[in-house]
Amino acid sequence: MLLISCPYCGVERPEIEFRHAGEAHIARPAEPSKLTDEEWAEYLYMRTNPKGLMAERWRHTHGCGRFFNAIRDTVSDKFVTVYKMGEAKPDLDQLLVEAAQ
Amino acid sequence: MPEKSVYSANADLAPIIATSRVRVAEAAPLIRFSLRGGEAAASHAGTAVGVSLPLEPLTSIATDKVAAFWLGPDEWNLVIQDDDARAMFERVETALADTPHSLVDVSDRNRALIISGRKAAWLLNSQVFLDFDEASFPVGMVTRTLFGKAEIMLWRQAEDTFVIEAWRSFMPYVIELLQEASRELEAA
Amino acid sequence: MTHEFRTSAGGRIDRSSPVEFTFDGKSYQGFAGDTLASALLANGVHLVGRSYKYHRPRGIVTAGSEEPNALVGIAREKGQNTPNLRAPQVEIYQGLNAESQNRFPSLSFDIGAVNDLLSPLFVAGFYYKTFMWPRSFWQRVYEPFIRSAAGLGKAPTDPDKDRYANYYAHCDVLVIGSGPAGLAAANAAAQSGARVILCDEQAELGGSLLHDATSMIDGKSAADWASETIKALSENDRVTLLPRTTGFGYYAQNFVALAERVTDHLANPDQSLPRERLWQVRAKEVVIATGAIERPLVFPENDRPGVMMAEAGRIYLNRYGAMAGKRVVIATACDTAYRTAVDLKAAGVDVAVIADLRPEPVGVHVDAARSAGIRVEGACVVTGTKGRLRVKSARLGRIRPDGSVTVMGEEACDSLLMSGGWTPNVSLYSQSRGKVVWDEEAGAYLPGPSVQHERSAGSCHGVYGLHAVLEDGYRAGESAARAVSSAAKRPETPSVSGGEAGAGGTLGALPHDRDPSRVRAFIDFQNDVTAKDVKLAVREGFHSIEHIKRYTTTGMATDQGRLSNMNALSVASKSLEKPIPQVGLTTFRQPYTPVTFGTFATTARGEAFDPVRRTPMHDWAVEKGAEFEDVSLWKRAWYFPRPGESMHEAVARECATVRESVGIFDASTLGKIEVVGPDAAEFLNRVYTNPFLKLGVGRLRYGIMLSEAGFIMDDGVVGRIAEDRFHVTTTTGGAPRVLAHLEDYLQTEWPDLNVWLTSTTEQWAVIAVQGPRARDVIAPLVEGIDLSTESMPHMSVREGRICGVPTRLFRMSFTGEAGYEINVPASRGREVWDAVWKNVEAAGGAPYGTETMHVLRAEKGYIIVGQETDGTVVPNDVGMDWAVGKKKADFIGIRSLTRPDIVAAGRKQLVGVLTKDPKVILEEGAQITAEASPALKTPALGHVTSSYYSSALGRSMALAMIADGRDRIGDTIYVPTAEGVVVVEIVSPVFYDAEGGKLVA
Ligand SMILES: [Zn+2]
Repeated sequence: MLLISCPYCGVERPEIEFRHAGEAHIARPAEPSKLTDEEWAEYLYMRTNPKGLMAERWRHTHGCGRFFNAIRDTVSDKFVTVYKMGEAKPDLDQLLVEAAQ
Repeated sequence: MPEKSVYSANADLAPIIATSRVRVAEAAPLIRFSLRGGEAAASHAGTAVGVSLPLEPLTSIATDKVAAFWLGPDEWNLVIQDDDARAMFERVETALADTPHSLVDVSDRNRALIISGRKAAWLLNSQVFLDFDEASFPVGMVTRTLFGKAEIMLWRQAEDTFVIEAWRSFMPYVIELLQEASRELEAA
Repeated sequence: MTHEFRTSAGGRIDRSSPVEFTFDGKSYQGFAGDTLASALLANGVHLVGRSYKYHRPRGIVTAGSEEPNALVGIAREKGQNTPNLRAPQVEIYQGLNAESQNRFPSLSFDIGAVNDLLSPLFVAGFYYKTFMWPRSFWQRVYEPFIRSAAGLGKAPTDPDKDRYANYYAHCDVLVIGSGPAGLAAANAAAQSGARVILCDEQAELGGSLLHDATSMIDGKSAADWASETIKALSENDRVTLLPRTTGFGYYAQNFVALAERVTDHLANPDQSLPRERLWQVRAKEVVIATGAIERPLVFPENDRPGVMMAEAGRIYLNRYGAMAGKRVVIATACDTAYRTAVDLKAAGVDVAVIADLRPEPVGVHVDAARSAGIRVEGACVVTGTKGRLRVKSARLGRIRPDGSVTVMGEEACDSLLMSGGWTPNVSLYSQSRGKVVWDEEAGAYLPGPSVQHERSAGSCHGVYGLHAVLEDGYRAGESAARAVSSAAKRPETPSVSGGEAGAGGTLGALPHDRDPSRVRAFIDFQNDVTAKDVKLAVREGFHSIEHIKRYTTTGMATDQGRLSNMNALSVASKSLEKPIPQVGLTTFRQPYTPVTFGTFATTARGEAFDPVRRTPMHDWAVEKGAEFEDVSLWKRAWYFPRPGESMHEAVARECATVRESVGIFDASTLGKIEVVGPDAAEFLNRVYTNPFLKLGVGRLRYGIMLSEAGFIMDDGVVGRIAEDRFHVTTTTGGAPRVLAHLEDYLQTEWPDLNVWLTSTTEQWAVIAVQGPRARDVIAPLVEGIDLSTESMPHMSVREGRICGVPTRLFRMSFTGEAGYEINVPASRGREVWDAVWKNVEAAGGAPYGTETMHVLRAEKGYIIVGQETDGTVVPNDVGMDWAVGKKKADFIGIRSLTRPDIVAAGRKQLVGVLTKDPKVILEEGAQITAEASPALKTPALGHVTSSYYSSALGRSMALAMIADGRDRIGDTIYVPTAEGVVVVEIVSPVFYDAEGGKLVA
C-alpha cells in the first residue's frame, strides 16, 4: 500500500484514502461548442501516458476531499511531488535532475 | 471520561463495550452543522457558536458545549450541545448573511461513538491504519479516514479517549467490528 | 518404543509435561515444547510423507519452515482441515491429530508409488508432455487425475469457523528474525529509544542461540544470553515481541505483512482469541535478520527417510533432545556439520564417519571432531543410500584428483546428516525489490543496494560466526535507529567464545560412480525434481532460469525454493556452460511461507465483508415480512408478500393498490446532496442538461446529468429550497459517483464558483406516499403546508411539519400517480413512517417495494439509469431530448451531443414492446431481431431492458432499446429464446396514463 502525501492535510496517508483522477493539467475548453470534432476528441480522450514522470490528479477522497496534483513516476510508482490545485506544474526536467542527485 | 466534552455517553443506552481496559459508548444526540466556505465564513461562524474555528489542518477546538473540527481547507464540522437546532442554525446563518458559505444541518446524518480506556488506540488499530503514537496523532487531532471499509471522522479527545463519527447506516458495521476486536480482551 | 530416540537430559522441552498426540491415527507421546517433527523423531519416526509426483517415501529433512517433506494436515474438527503445515513448525498439544499427505492408503504402502516405477513418464515438463492431447481429455480425465494424485493436502470442506484478527501497527524499527543478529539489532534499536517490533516465525525467540550448546556470550550460555536479552526487551514498553509471527510480505514503502499464529499451538484455545492475526506494519526502518538456510547435497537416493540436514540434526538434538538416529553418517562440504557431529557424539550417538567432499578438511571445527574421536574422511562422497522406508546404509566413494569416483564401501547408519553449506536467506530483501548480487567468494547471492529503508544483518547477507553476527546485528540496529532519531547508540558487543564461522560449501550435483540412467539425485524434494530433470530442461531448450523453474517446477515448493534454488541453479549453469550470475536467480515473491486465506481475509467475511446499510425503516419492513434486495451496499425492501403469496402475486397486488388507492414506499436510500451558495443555480445549470437558473423557489425539476462524453450518468429530482439552496437527489447506487463527479468539476474546472456540496443522503429518511389517496392519507398529519394542488402543484416542495417533525415535503411521482416524498430527519423517520402507515392502512393501502416501483415506472416509460441506459446512451436515445436545454450555451457533455455518431441514424432508441401472447414475459437482456430466424452473425436490432407483468394493463409489457426504434413503432419483430421465437410488436414506451392527468390531480 503506497503512502501518498496530501498537500492540503500536510500528511502522508495510505493510498486507499485516495482516488486517482486521471492526467492533470487538461483544462476543459471554455466554449466546448466552438471546438471541431477533432479538437473535442483530443480533449476527451487523448492522454500522454508517458513512461516516467507524469502529472496526475488525485483526490483525498476519504480525507479532506480535495483534488490535488501529483508527479508520479510511472516506472517506479514513486510520487516525486504533490501540489495544490491551481499551482503551476513543476518543471519535470528539473525534477529529474533533482531526483538523480 | 477524563474531562467534560460536547460528547457524552447516551445515558439511555447500554455501553457497547465495557471492559476494564476499553469502553465504547454511543454518544447522546447532538447538533451537527457542516460549514463550507473561506476563512471569513469560519471567523463569523466561530463568533456565532462561541469558539474560533481551527484553520490548521487536522486540528480541532472544543469546549464542553461546542467542538469545531477542521475536515478540509474549506470545511468544518461544528458539533453543538443545544436543544434548539433551528434557532442555532438561524443564528449562524444570520452571522454569515453577507459571506459566501454553505451551512447544512447534518445532525441526523451521523452517529458518534466514544472509545475510551487504556486499550482505545489498540482497539481502533484493528481497523484504522493510522499511527496513534502521540507524536503522530496528538490529542486534539481530527481527521476523516477509513475504519475498515467505512468512512469515519476520528477525533482524539484525550490521550485515551477517541470519538468516531460515521454516517448512521455505517455505524452497525463499525460497532460489529469494534466488538469483534474487543473479544480477545476478555481472554484470560 | 516411546522416546526411544530421546536424549537423557537437556533441551528446551519440559520433560515433566508429557503430551499425547496422534499421527496418522497412531498415538505417540512427546513433551511440552516439542514440535510435531521433534516428537516424531524422538519416537524414531522419520517417514512422514510421500512425494508429490513419484509418491516416494519421504522423511523430515529440516527443522524449519523450509521443510519440503513433512507436510501435514491438522483438523480440530471435521471439515476444518488446515493442509500443508510444516511439521517442524507445528507445536504439539494434548490431543493433536495430524495426518500425513499424498499417500493412499497408508504411508508405508502407497499405491501411487507405482508412479515411481513409471518415472520415465514423469520427467521434466511431464504435465506439458503427458496431458496435452486430446483436448477433450482435460476435463474428464487429466484434471481429475492430477487433482487426486498430485494435490498437496486436502482442502477444508466446511466454512472456516475460526476468527481472524487484523492489526495495523507502526514502528521505527521492525526486526524480522530473532536469532543473534535480530536480537542484537532489536536491542540496539530499543536502547536508542526507538519503537521496535521484533518478530520470528518460531514459537520461541532466539533462533540459533537456542540450539548452540557450546558457545558462550559474556560468560553465559548462548541460550541464557538470549533469554536475558529477550527479557530486557519485553520490559521495554516501546518494544513489541512477536513469536510465532512470520514476516511474509515486504511491500512498497516499508509496508510489511506479518502473520501471527495466536492459538494453533493451544490444546483448548480461549474462544475469545482469534486463531491468527494479520499485522499490517508500516515501519520507518526494517532490519532483515532471517538467517541462512543449509543446502542439501545432491547425491543419488538423497531423498530416503532418515536423510536430514546436519544443522537440523543439531537443532533436534540440542533444542528438543531428539536424536536423528543412533548411528549417524555425516556427509558434508562445510565445517558447520562438524559441530553437529561433536554434539551428537557428546550425547552418546555413534557417529560412524564424517564424509567430507573436501580433500583435506582443516580448521577448529574439524579439529574438535577429530579430538572427539570421530572418524573424518576427506575427498569422500556419498554415492547412494539403501533402506526401504528409512535409510539403512550409506554408500561411500572416494573422489580422485581427476574428479572420478571409486567405491569405498558401505557404512551402516539409521540417519544420514548432510550439509552443502549455507545459502543466505534473501527472500525478504528480494521482496523489497532489491536486486541480489552474486558474490563469488561467498559462493552465494547476497543483498545488493537497498531499495527501501532496510538493511540485512547476520548470515542473511553472508556474515557468519557468532561474534561477527552479533556485531553486525548491533550495527544494523543502531543504523536503523539512527535513520529515525539522532539518539541512536550501539551497545558494546559482548565477548564471545565458540561459534566460529565454518568454511566450505558446494553447489549442484555431486560426482558418483553409478549408472546415471538408473539413479536419481533430488534437488527439489517437494516437487520431485532431480538433477536430471534440470539437465533435460536445458537440453530441451529452456535456457532462462524462470523458464526452467516453470518447466521442471523446481523451486515452486511451499518454501519457494529456498532449499533447492541454488542447487538447481548450479546444475543449470553447468548444463548451459554459463557462470551462475549469467543464469540469474528467480524472483522471490510474497508470501514467504503459505498464509491461510483467513489471515488475508481477517474480519472481512460474512456480514462484515462490506458494510450493510439499512434505512431507519428497515426493521419495520422486516416485521412486515419483506423480502430484500441489495442495491449497492443498501438493503432495500423488494416486495412485501402476504402469507402464501408468490412474488408475482405480491407485486401485482402492490401495483394495483398504488394505482387504485395508496402505497407507502421507503425511498431513504436515494442519494441526496445539498447544493448551497450564491452560485448554486449557476453550478447546477452547468452540470444538468436542463435549465436551472430560472427554477423558482419551492419548485422541483427532474434533471439529467451527462458525462463529458455525452452519455447519461445519473438522473434525479432537484428542489429549490431557497435562492441559494438546492436539494438534489441521485440514484441510490450513483450517489457517491455523482458527488465525486460534481466535486471534480467544482474544484478543478470552476473553483471560482461560490457553491458547496454536502451529502445529506443519511440526514433524511424519505417516505414516498403514492396513489390517488396519497393526499388524504398525509393531510391530517401535515402542519403549515397547504396541500391543495393550486397551492402545491405537481413538482413542488414545501417546508413545514409532519407529525410535529420538520419536513421537506416533495410533491412528485415516480409511479405515474399523484404522490409525495416526505423528507424528515433520519432519527425521526420511523415514528413518522408509523404514523403515515397507520393512515395508509386505514385507507386500504399497502407498503410496496422496489419491484413494484420498477413496474410502475416502466408502465409510465420512466427510465432507470443503469437499466435502460448502459453508459452509451444519450438523452435523445431514451426520448428525453425535452430535458436538454436548447438555449443553453454550455453544460457538461453538450459538445458530445453533436458528435457525428451521436446524431447519425441507426442509434438504439427506447420503445415499448408487447408480446403477441400477453402471457409471455420477455427476459431482460434478450436480443431482438428483425427476422424470426436470422442467419448466423446477423447483428441484433437491440435488446430488452425492462420486462414485467403489468397489472394495470392486465398483460406483460417491456421496454427495449431498438435501432431507430421510434420509426419502427407498429412493426412486428422477434425475440429468439431458448424456448422458441417470441413475436412482439413495437409500441410507445408509455403504457399508462400517457396524458399524465393522474399526476396533476
Ligand atoms: Zn487531504
